[in-house]
Amino acid sequence: MATTQINTTINGEDYTHEVEPRLLLVHYLREVAGLTGTHVGCETSLCGACTAIVDGQAVKTCTMLAVQADGADITTIEGLAQDGELHPIQEGFWERHGLQCGFCTPGMIVAAHQLLERNPSPTEEEIRHGLEGNFCRCTGYQHIVDAVQYAAEKMQG
Amino acid sequence: MATMAGPSRLIGAPIKRREDPRLVQGLSHYVDDIKLVNMHHCTFLRSDYAHADIKSIDTEAAENLSGVVKVITGVDIQGKVGSIPCAAEIEGLKVPDHPALAVDRVRFVGEPIAAVVATDPYVARDALDLIEVEYDELPTVVDLDDAIESDSTVIYDEFGDNIAFTMPLDAGDVDAAFAEADHVVSQRFVNQRLIPNSIEPRGVLAEYLPGEGTLTVWSSTQVPHHLKTILSLLLDLPEQLVRVIAPEVGGGFGSKLNVYPEEAVVAYLATELRKPVKWIEKRSEGFTTTIHGRDQVDYVDMAVKNDGTITALRAKLLANMGAYHQLLTPIIPVLTYLMMPGAYKISNIKLELIGVFTNKMATDAYRGAGRPEATHIIERMVDLAAQKLGMDPKEIRFKNFPQPDEFPLEMATGVTYDSGNYQMSFNKALDTVDYANLRTRQAELRSQGRYLGIGVATYAEICGMGPSVGVAGGGWESSTVRIERTGKVTVLTGVSPHGQGQETSFAQIVADEYGISIDDIVVIHGDTGRQPQGIGTFGSRATAVGGAALIIATQQVKEKMAQIAAHMLEANVDDLVFEDGNIFVQGSPDSAVTFADVAATAHVAVNLPPDVEPGLEATHFFEPSNFTYPFGAHISIVEVDPETGEIDLQRYVAVDDCGNIINPLLVDGQVHGGIAQGLGQAMYEGAVYDENGQLLTGSFMDYAIPKATQVPRFETEHTTTPSPVNPLGVKGVGEAGTIASSPCLVNAVVDALSPFGVTDIDMPMTPNRVWQAIQDAQ
Repeated sequence: MATTQINTTINGEDYTHEVEPRLLLVHYLREVAGLTGTHVGCETSLCGACTAIVDGQAVKTCTMLAVQADGADITTIEGLAQDGELHPIQEGFWERHGLQCGFCTPGMIVAAHQLLERNPSPTEEEIRHGLEGNFCRCTGYQHIVDAVQYAAEKMQG
Repeated sequence: MATMAGPSRLIGAPIKRREDPRLVQGLSHYVDDIKLVNMHHCTFLRSDYAHADIKSIDTEAAENLSGVVKVITGVDIQGKVGSIPCAAEIEGLKVPDHPALAVDRVRFVGEPIAAVVATDPYVARDALDLIEVEYDELPTVVDLDDAIESDSTVIYDEFGDNIAFTMPLDAGDVDAAFAEADHVVSQRFVNQRLIPNSIEPRGVLAEYLPGEGTLTVWSSTQVPHHLKTILSLLLDLPEQLVRVIAPEVGGGFGSKLNVYPEEAVVAYLATELRKPVKWIEKRSEGFTTTIHGRDQVDYVDMAVKNDGTITALRAKLLANMGAYHQLLTPIIPVLTYLMMPGAYKISNIKLELIGVFTNKMATDAYRGAGRPEATHIIERMVDLAAQKLGMDPKEIRFKNFPQPDEFPLEMATGVTYDSGNYQMSFNKALDTVDYANLRTRQAELRSQGRYLGIGVATYAEICGMGPSVGVAGGGWESSTVRIERTGKVTVLTGVSPHGQGQETSFAQIVADEYGISIDDIVVIHGDTGRQPQGIGTFGSRATAVGGAALIIATQQVKEKMAQIAAHMLEANVDDLVFEDGNIFVQGSPDSAVTFADVAATAHVAVNLPPDVEPGLEATHFFEPSNFTYPFGAHISIVEVDPETGEIDLQRYVAVDDCGNIINPLLVDGQVHGGIAQGLGQAMYEGAVYDENGQLLTGSFMDYAIPKATQVPRFETEHTTTPSPVNPLGVKGVGEAGTIASSPCLVNAVVDALSPFGVTDIDMPMTPNRVWQAIQDAQ
C-alpha cells in the first residue's frame, strides 16, 4: 500500500516516517514511534485509554489518522515526567491510589492534564465532568478525583 | 517459631503502591506492548449467526492476499488442538465438545471459525473480509425460561434437551415450615447478564523455539499456571517446556480466569509456523466472546413468622450457561446455591438449581461470581418480608442474624461460615448514617411529596477460594521466599495480581517479619518460569491463600536465618530479635549482626552451624482449612423523582469486615471499585441479545459502564473479625463491594417508591424502568 511521509514532534523529539494513510495515530505512536504507554482500549473513541495531547488538545488517538498528525506536536504519557521527576498529576495518582490495573491511567492522566490547564482549581464535580470521557473499571473514580485534587493543589503551589 | 518479630511497622499501614511509578509513566508492559523479532499477527473470523450449520468456508482469496502467511479453520486443527476445557465437576453435568475453532456448527455470535496470520495486523484484518462462509441458519435459543420448555430447539442433539445439569437441595423440613408460616412472600428475579469489560482487552503472544522445544506464551490472564498446564495438554507439549507469563494485566474481574480458544489457537500457530504470533482482542470481540457474568432467573419463596423469623426458603434458580462451558461456567451458580441463606440463620431450604444452554456467549466468573445473585435474592426477599410484615428492614435483619458466639456456623446449604459479628458491622453502618433520624426525615419528605429511599444490605459472602476440595483445579497457593547473597529478598508467588497491589502488600508482610526495609524486597508474580506452581488470583483469594503461603515460607526461612545468626552471635536462637535490618539478642542491639551479613554467611557457607545447609530459601504450599466468609452492611440513600424515574444517589456507606487488613489504602480501593461495578449492574449495565441471538449491546455506546459522573463518593468503614482459617486472619475484599451494592441500591429505590406500592424493580434501574414500575404498581 502507498505510503505518505509525515513529520511529528513527540515529547520534544522530531520524527520522520513513511506511513500508510490508514494507519491510526495510536498505532503510529505505539508501533512506529515505539511509545507503548498510550493504550488501545476500545478503538471507538469512547474509553479514553488512547488519549494523548496533540497540538495542545487531548485527543483520542484511536480515531485520528497518523497522516492527520503531520506537523503536529504530540505529548504522550512518556513525556510528562521531567528530569526523572514525576509530573504532579502522576504524583497525585501515586499518592492517592488513583490507579489499580493501570491500563486506563495514561489516558486518564493526560485528560486530567488538559482539565487542569483549562481549569487550575476545579471542583469535584468539574473533575468528574472533565474525566467523563475516560473509563476506569477498577477504582470507582473516587481516588482518581482525589489524585487530580492533589495535583491541582500542588500545581497551584 | 523461635524468634520474636520486631514491632509491626508496615502491616496495617496505608503504604503507597510500589507498582505505580511504572504505571503512571506508561513504562509498564502489557501483552500488546511486547514485541518480538519477526512477530506475526493473528485475527479471527467469527460467526455472524447465533445458531447455524457451516456449509462451507472458502479461504483461498484470504490466503492469496499479500502478507498473509496462514489461514486455518476448525478442520485444520482437529486432532491437533484439544477441546477447550471445563474444570467443573458436578454430578450429571453435560459437557459439550468445545472446539477452539468451530467445525460444522456455530452456537453463538462471535464464535471463532477461522484464524489468519499475517506479517501486519492491518493485513490480517483485511484478510477476514476475503473469507467466504456459507451458513444454514438454525432456530435460536435465547430466552432462559423458553430454553427449558419441552418444545424448545435443542442446542446439542446428543443431550436431548438444553439442561446442562440440575442440582437439588432439601435441607430441614421446608414443607412443614411453609405450612406453618404466618406469611409467605414470593418473587421472580432477573439477575441480568453483564459484560466484564476490563479496560485492557485480552491478548496473547506465543513464541516457539523448535531447537529447545520451548513454548513461551504471554497472556493477559489471571491464571498463568492453569493456562500452562492446559496448553500443554491441548497441544500435547511437555508441561516442563511450556512457560506462561502474565505480564502487566489490565484488569480481569474474573473474565481472565479462563482458558480461551484464542490462547490455544495462537499457541498452536506459533508452534506450527515457528514464528512469534500475537493476537490482541478488539473491544467488539471482547463484548461478544470474552465471558459474560450473572444471567439468572430465580423464582423464590420465603416463609416468615409474624415476629420476623425467617423459617424457610424455597427457590428454583435458572442459570444461563451460554452455548459452551468455559473453565468454570457451571460452578458459578453453585456459589449462588451455597450462599442462599446470606447472613441469616435459615435451617429449612429447598433449592433446585438448573444450568441451561442457550445460543449466547458462555457465562463464567465475573466479580462476585454467583454471590451477587445470592445476595440480591436474599436481601430483596428479606426486604419484601419486612414490607409484608410492616417491619423495619433493620429489625428483621437483627432478628435473623446468628449470634457472634455461634461461629463457626454450619449452614443448611452445607457450608460452614468461619467467623462473624454481623451485629457489629450493621450497627456501625446504622450509626454512620444516623438511621433513626433518616427514617424521620424520610417521613417528612414523603409528606412533601418527595421520595427518599434508604437501602440496606447486610451480606455474608464466600471467598478466599480454597480449600482444594471446593475449588476446581486446586484451592491451595504457593510462595517461595529467597534471601539473596546480598541480603535482598525475592518473593515469588503463585497468585497473579492484575491491579490488586500485592507487589506492595506482600512486601509489607515480609518486611515486618524480617524487620527490614520494604525497598529490599521484590515480589515477582505471573511467570510460571520463575514460580513454577501456583493457582492464581480470583475469588478474593490472593492474600487469604497466597499471603498465607507467603508468611509461612517467610517464617521458615527466618528460622534458618536465626540459627545462623545465633551461631554467629554465640547466642540462643530463642532470644533473637529481627529489627531495623539487624539481628540481635533481645536487649542487646549494640552487638548485632546485620541481616545482610547473615545472608552472606548462609551463602558463603564456611561458618554455618552444624547440620545447617547453605542457602536461604523456602517454598510453602498452603492449603486452607475452609473458605473465608467476609460480611458487612451497606446503606445507600437515594431520592427518586417519580415524574422522570431518575434516581439521585445521595450517599453510600459501606461497612465491610474482611478480617485483618494488610493495607487499608488498597482495601478501600477494592471496595470502591467493587461498589462501582455493583452500582453498574443496579443502574446502568445489561447485555441484551435480540430474538436471533445478536448482541445488541456490543459497544460502549450501547453498554453503559459507569463514568466518573455516574458514581458518588463512597464512605468506607470497617469492622475487624479475623478469620481462623489462615495465619494472617484475613478474609479477602475484592468482591465484597460488588456483592453488597446492587441489592443495596435496589432496596433503596424500592423503599423510596413503597408509597406507590412498588415491591421490586428489575436491574438495571433505568429511569424508564423506574417510571414504569410506578405506573404498574398504581
